[in-house]
Amino acid sequence: MTLQNTKRFDDVRPGETLPELAIPITVGLVTGGAIATRDYFPGHHDLNAAKALGSPHIFMNILTTNGLVQRYVEDWAGPEARFASLKIKLGAPNYPGDSMTFNGAVTGHDSATRTVEITLSGKNSMGNHVTGTVALVLP
Amino acid sequence: MADSQLLTDVRALVGREYGRIYAWDEVNAPMIRQWCEIMGVDNPLYTDPAFAANSAHDGLVAPPAMLQVWCMEGFHLNNYAPGSTTENPYEVLKLIESYGYPSVVAVNSELTFERNLRPGEKVYYTTRLDSVGDEKTTGLGTGFFVTLVMNYFVEHKSGDEAVGQLLFRVFKFRPANNHTVEAAPAKVEDKPVVKRPKPGMSDDTRFFWEGCDAGKLLIQRCTQCQTLRHPPAPVCIECHSFDWDSVQASGRASLYSFVIMHYPEVAPFDHPNPIGLIELEEGVRLVAGLVGVKREELSIGQPLQLEFQTFDGELTLPLFRPVVG
Repeated sequence: MTLQNTKRFDDVRPGETLPELAIPITVGLVTGGAIATRDYFPGHHDLNAAKALGSPHIFMNILTTNGLVQRYVEDWAGPEARFASLKIKLGAPNYPGDSMTFNGAVTGHDSATRTVEITLSGKNSMGNHVTGTVALVLP
Repeated sequence: MADSQLLTDVRALVGREYGRIYAWDEVNAPMIRQWCEIMGVDNPLYTDPAFAANSAHDGLVAPPAMLQVWCMEGFHLNNYAPGSTTENPYEVLKLIESYGYPSVVAVNSELTFERNLRPGEKVYYTTRLDSVGDEKTTGLGTGFFVTLVMNYFVEHKSGDEAVGQLLFRVFKFRPANNHTVEAAPAKVEDKPVVKRPKPGMSDDTRFFWEGCDAGKLLIQRCTQCQTLRHPPAPVCIECHSFDWDSVQASGRASLYSFVIMHYPEVAPFDHPNPIGLIELEEGVRLVAGLVGVKREELSIGQPLQLEFQTFDGELTLPLFRPVVG
């Protein structure tokens, strides 16, 4: 495995953008994500239950969204960045067959605590599934 | 109008603390590995003991976004791990529902972390009903924003340690349309892909758009009198010379004015759509989209930084983001 270096605080600039990441939303990801986060709510794995709730398909659970947000930021920051916070606002549901594209940028830079703030969005065909901020402490 | 008895009953619950809910399993490597597998997380800090031992974390840790996972009830409804409280931290939602607000949608999830969890640790959390807002009407319907705060702890013989917190906000509501349980989202397959409109391009403006494609913001300059001008034009506004070249802007700028477009919601733009009149440090102004902004934090004169974003894989546009800190 080729290890990416962890970003140094001094090498990160406010306004710097993170590489875009597109994640295909599949039945496997929605159900697998729900079970890996121990979330057995039927709307995340049972098509009929989801339809009974008024949804066209099963929909991604919040804990999977959190995991994907962590992955997006961590892929950029490197393995040893420490997460201080992960704050999201939820929007359009993620349904199988769609795709969610993450974009983000550095919007905060506090040298006293060596913390950077990333503001990000994950957008699908209906709009933003998730928007939010992540605070990372960098070496 | 909300029922006054409902408001009284709800207010009586605000601030209430609910007892511990324990994790079924201690923080463990198999659950971590399976979580990483499905999320596509390949950070060896979570799965490779040798790497983790040599890292700044001094050994394996759990992914921070797994904080909630450890204490989930699992397959059987309301079946929490032994020792957990029998109180229902969500009783306020049942109460509101009994007054005719059947639907719920999660709005915010805000995790904060004191530190990463480590394999072997036993986690529990307690819940506090933080607030219930006044009755509000949104696009979904009419109801209440309910905020719960979960505090997570690790058990130690020497005393328990706070390791993180979740602020969780839901909207508990009566749907605007009684025939649907939640606002019916458009079907994925019916959604046409709307691309960004492309700019008109002429011999006068081609350099500008080609500059964007190359990641450069170019300003037209009169080679006779050195006056900069934007938007591009064939003739110098000062000396009327036709001779020009261009200079690359530094990207440092400030906000001269702005507008937030709320309506109509035009695809594929974000909405609300903030648009700035940007004053470049070189002295000319241009209109460009603002990114990473909150309306209440925008102020005239605030410093901005240029960035480029490519849309639909073919159109690169200059955008401006507030400089923070």
